[in-house]
Amino acid sequence: MSTPLDQLFTRTRSENRAALIAYIPAGFPTQEGCKAVIDAFANAGVDAIEIGFPYSDPVMDGPTIQEAANASLIAGTGAKEVFEALAHATALGIPSVVMTYWNPIEKYGIDKFAESIASNSGSGVITPDLPVDEAQPWTAASHSSDINSIFVVAPSTTDARLEKVTAQCSGFVYAASLMGVTGARTGVSSEAKDLVDRIKKVTKIPVAVGLGVSTREHAKEVAGYADGVIVGSAFINALNDADSLDSGIKAVRALVQQLALGVREGRG
Amino acid sequence: MNPSSTDVRAGHFGQFGGRYVPEALIGALDEIESAHNAAQKDPEFLAELAHLHKTYSGRPSIITEAKRFAEHAGGARIILKREDLNHTGSHKINNVLGQALLAKRSGKKRIIAETGAGQHGVASATAAALMGLECVVYMGEEDTKRQALNVVRMKLLGAEVVPVTTGSKTLKDAINEAMRDWVTNVETTNYLFGTVAGPHPFPTMVRDFQKIIGEEARTQVLELTGKLPDAVLACVGGGSNAIGIFYDFIKDKDVRLIGLEAGGDGVETGRHAATITGGTPGVLHGARSYLLQDENGQTVESHSISAGLDYPGVGPEHAYLSEIGRTEYRAITDAEAMYAFSLLCKTEGIIPAIETAHALAGALQVGRELGKDSTLLINLSGRGDKDVVTAAEYFGIPL
Repeated sequence: MSTPLDQLFTRTRSENRAALIAYIPAGFPTQEGCKAVIDAFANAGVDAIEIGFPYSDPVMDGPTIQEAANASLIAGTGAKEVFEALAHATALGIPSVVMTYWNPIEKYGIDKFAESIASNSGSGVITPDLPVDEAQPWTAASHSSDINSIFVVAPSTTDARLEKVTAQCSGFVYAASLMGVTGARTGVSSEAKDLVDRIKKVTKIPVAVGLGVSTREHAKEVAGYADGVIVGSAFINALNDADSLDSGIKAVRALVQQLALGVREGRG
Repeated sequence: MNPSSTDVRAGHFGQFGGRYVPEALIGALDEIESAHNAAQKDPEFLAELAHLHKTYSGRPSIITEAKRFAEHAGGARIILKREDLNHTGSHKINNVLGQALLAKRSGKKRIIAETGAGQHGVASATAAALMGLECVVYMGEEDTKRQALNVVRMKLLGAEVVPVTTGSKTLKDAINEAMRDWVTNVETTNYLFGTVAGPHPFPTMVRDFQKIIGEEARTQVLELTGKLPDAVLACVGGGSNAIGIFYDFIKDKDVRLIGLEAGGDGVETGRHAATITGGTPGVLHGARSYLLQDENGQTVESHSISAGLDYPGVGPEHAYLSEIGRTEYRAITDAEAMYAFSLLCKTEGIIPAIETAHALAGALQVGRELGKDSTLLINLSGRGDKDVVTAAEYFGIPL
């Protein structure tokens, strides 16, 4: 099995740089607006896209993504819109995954969810509230549909547990840079590098860092030690701060261009 | 013996329970689990907790036979287990004293809690004051209004109360916000979970601290009547007072265990909090159980006049006991609960919590079904001082 995401990391590793991974919740700022954001991601230099499945009780998310998810849910976003956004991204040739809390998968049907990811050319799913101890039905379904199962680890994860979690991971390992929730911050936590170093001792799978990464400087710093740089809340802030969708999209494109420079500067 | 667990994986009750949380919390949950397991075998811990029960919270709580109330319940014998007489006014103190002692033993300086009706928040603030811990309580903004008295109590006790303005602004959202705090501050902080829901070990640990209710009541009822009750009734939101009184009776197969859920405007209206009666299996707040959800797996907002029952989830052990047929669940509407609330006030001189009034309304039904030769044990889980404003509005009493 080799997904477009797997192939991406093979390529970025050969180019000696980190991959830029961008997050947007499905249906945000609107269903059509989300497609415009995805187009901007693709045109401006994003390497991989995470489509968020908005959820009513997002305990891993800070206020920015909570509010975006809530607006999207009020507009009626569900599984259909998530897969539409995924199909839009993959049609542009960008390796893409869905990030979702566990209950929407269980409600949709575990095997069916994995099949729908595959049928929309998605590479895999990130499951931030599914510990590997409960994940057997999901990893089995992911395996059957030839998609990546991506788990999140944190600075508090012990070395023994890192081994256990990464053994179930494919595509990449999502390293949460700090103990906390999503959201743009002024700097990247110093815990991030220590965590990535510990992960690298137990697995050869690419490691991408998320939580609190929002600027070219952050991207450059993280790209110095990780295979991927994940940015989410900063794009939502850019869209929220703009007075129209068009100017929001322009701001997203400008931010992507900066971040794309950052991920290429890290190994300087 | 654990009569209700058949799964070899710790923290599972059949297909229910488990841990569905961010990896960041796994270490902390493991730590609490091993601290709890060690404490349960440590005579020093158990003696310290027993001493607090005896000299601080007022255990054992008494039982009261409600003869005048019983006249309205088909003449069945009605026995009330008086958790309302505990220090702070509800069963919540039982759990909180246990968890706060554990936090202190683990060297934590800060505790956080979620609260709906405010009873768990008040109990947590109380234990924090007693043990010299910093305490932050998350409470839905909606609940801070309908339970304003308890907000003041928490502040007087030195706790910080954080109103939660996201989502439905009730208990569900307070739990989300407490979880976010915990993910961020897990090194210094223990999360004192208030009910038998949430990720393992909370359902098991909270039950272990609440089962004293049923252990005492079983002995007390046997002494009073010479036999076991025909049915044990308790209200169910998350389900901690119900598990507390049910647990020691699970082995007594002839004793019916009946949980009364919040039916709100009626389960058929969709405006209710009757999770087992009207919900479906899924994952919420770290465990698989029943919940109120839509076709996309999004949590649906619950509705109840009672802040403490206004929760779209329920503890996984209840889901399991229901599935194997050992417990039964019924929905009680707001109107039925408020009728029983008023009736207990006027027939027994006891103002119950509105949560508890759901169990009393259930007793009126079950008593009529079983008739005058039957005995019902009701968990009077909390007192109603906090509810006087809601009750005054409901009954049109000018303030």
